[in-house]
Amino acid sequence: MIEALHLSKRYGERLAVDDLSFEVLPGRVTGFLGPNGAGKSTTMRMIVGLDAPSGGSVTVCGQPYTQHGSPLSTVGALLDARAVHGGRSAYDHLLSLAHTHGLRRRRVQEVLELVGLAEVSRRPVRGFSLGMSQRLGIAVALLGDPEVLLFDEPVNGLDPEGIVWIRGLMRELAAQGRTVLVSSHLMSEMEHTADDLVVIGKGRLISSCTVDEFIERNCRTEVRVTTPEPARLVALLEEHGGTVRSEPDGSLVVGGLDAVRVGDLAFDGSVRIHQLVSVQASLEAAFMELTRSSVEYQASPSVGAPEAEVRS
Amino acid sequence: MRPDAAAALEARATTLTFGGVLRSEWTKIRSLRSTVWTLVATVVLTIGTSALLAWAVSAHLEPSFLADVDPVRDSMSGLMFGQLTVAVIGAMAITSEYSTGTIRTTLTVVPRRVTVLTAKLTVLACVVLVCGLLCSFVSFFIGQSFFANATVTDRDGAADTVTHLDLHVALTDPGVLRAVVGGGLYLAAGGLLALALGALLRNTAAAISTAIGLLFVVPLLANFLPSAWEANVVKWLPTNAGSAIWSLRPTTGDNPMLGPWTGYGVFVAYVLTALLAAAVLLRRRDT
Ligand SMILES: Nc1ncnc2c1ncn2[C@@H]1O[C@H](COP(=O)(O)OP(=O)(O)O)[C@@H](O)[C@H]1O
Ligand SMILES: [Mg+2]
Repeated sequence: MIEALHLSKRYGERLAVDDLSFEVLPGRVTGFLGPNGAGKSTTMRMIVGLDAPSGGSVTVCGQPYTQHGSPLSTVGALLDARAVHGGRSAYDHLLSLAHTHGLRRRRVQEVLELVGLAEVSRRPVRGFSLGMSQRLGIAVALLGDPEVLLFDEPVNGLDPEGIVWIRGLMRELAAQGRTVLVSSHLMSEMEHTADDLVVIGKGRLISSCTVDEFIERNCRTEVRVTTPEPARLVALLEEHGGTVRSEPDGSLVVGGLDAVRVGDLAFDGSVRIHQLVSVQASLEAAFMELTRSSVEYQASPSVGAPEAEVRS
Repeated sequence: MRPDAAAALEARATTLTFGGVLRSEWTKIRSLRSTVWTLVATVVLTIGTSALLAWAVSAHLEPSFLADVDPVRDSMSGLMFGQLTVAVIGAMAITSEYSTGTIRTTLTVVPRRVTVLTAKLTVLACVVLVCGLLCSFVSFFIGQSFFANATVTDRDGAADTVTHLDLHVALTDPGVLRAVVGGGLYLAAGGLLALALGALLRNTAAAISTAIGLLFVVPLLANFLPSAWEANVVKWLPTNAGSAIWSLRPTTGDNPMLGPWTGYGVFVAYVLTALLAAAVLLRRRDT
């Protein structure tokens, strides 16, 4: 369980996180989404006390992270997979962390096997690929068998097999009753993994809900129709309140009317129809739409940065 | 993973302890080949230059120098070079965590930041002390073998007259053991100064050059001070104050030095001030 209340972080002139409140529940995978620079990493650093909030607060399992007696078994965090001394072996890196909490060598071996690095665990980390570093970062996160897991863009650099593996792992961790917060700037990574979504843009909360609610609220359903008599059909549909745009392939995409209504109207008007399907706008598209508007919304009132810069 | 592994885990006490953080820091130091090699380099460099300088001094004495000969200090002069590599070890004990980003992992797992710094400085002090004692004792014994048969050349007359003197001292002579052990203590404190600078500056190059500047360059520059100042100022400089602990004679050149423990106390006070500043900033700054 993570609770953020009016969390803010200012770096000089820049407000990286702006009055952010949200809750991350146990037993679920929560996707933390936002475009690059939205403030996801900053928020995660504040959750584990690396950066001090400029305002507001965040607690983990009821108290500030830094006050837990056993931090390693409270939160496991993968913040930056490359943050390992290249001259050290994966085993020694994990061992040095395990010692802090009196964990045994056996536990180090266990997590190395779990992430599939047991074979290379004695080699210096500088020879690791990004994917292997991600696996090591995940081993660090799992080391203390924590109640809460934070993964900052864990999929970066993983091969397809690794991506499938980490999705399965996150689902499994949540199924065990743990709290799992995973950040990403791509909705496509989250849509089949997350139960809940916390979407931010320019440091502000845009949406906090379940994935299903997000789809319901933000993904318009449209109707794609092909006809040899587009002009007649467009006139007919617009007369009945539909919005129509034509696609490059010659088909029409209709908003504001469902497929049944479009079919009936065409039948009544004696317009021939060759294809009629109902399509849902993708989550990705909905997410981009939402975050883009947040950028525009942010541009005028706040810091007063020129619009061109804010958009970039 | 959960059922067996977790049960095993929950049976163990998993709390963050200072002892645990100490073991962690020890594991970090010993698991880096670069640290180990830098320690080896310290030993080789210190003993090598000590031996060379002890030979040079003992073989080229003149009657007028005799009063200035310090058979302990002059057999451990290599410590001045050893402190350079020790500064590298001390600074990098923390700056390498910043340059690689490991510091974030460290401070996430151990959010009590002063605990991390304390554990780091304890482990570093122990490691450098052991290395420093090895350097000072070996250098001392090599040096005494030279000073046991020192060559004094009197260039006063038309022809040089050469005499051989036994100038060596034993560990049991007054002040000698203190001075030899003091060589190790001096290096340990120097390593901690570099650690503090590393924690303050969070950058390897900046920390090492500042440490070397303070320990090595400042005393050299002090030689250019007007001589009236020299006597009063020079003895308070970190290197000069600290070196009193590994000297038998209370002077360097013409300048008086502080007493051995007073001088070392002053040096340690510099180090503690830097460490305190580092602790305050470490707590305050974002990582
Ligand atoms: N240490 C820092 N100093 C100054 N600005 C920062 C710092 N960390 C992040 N920022 C700024 O804060 C904003 C949010 O960054 P970040 O949290 O990394 O976003 P995300 O992880 O969502 O991509 C960015 O504009 C970034 O430039
Ligand atoms: Mg980020």
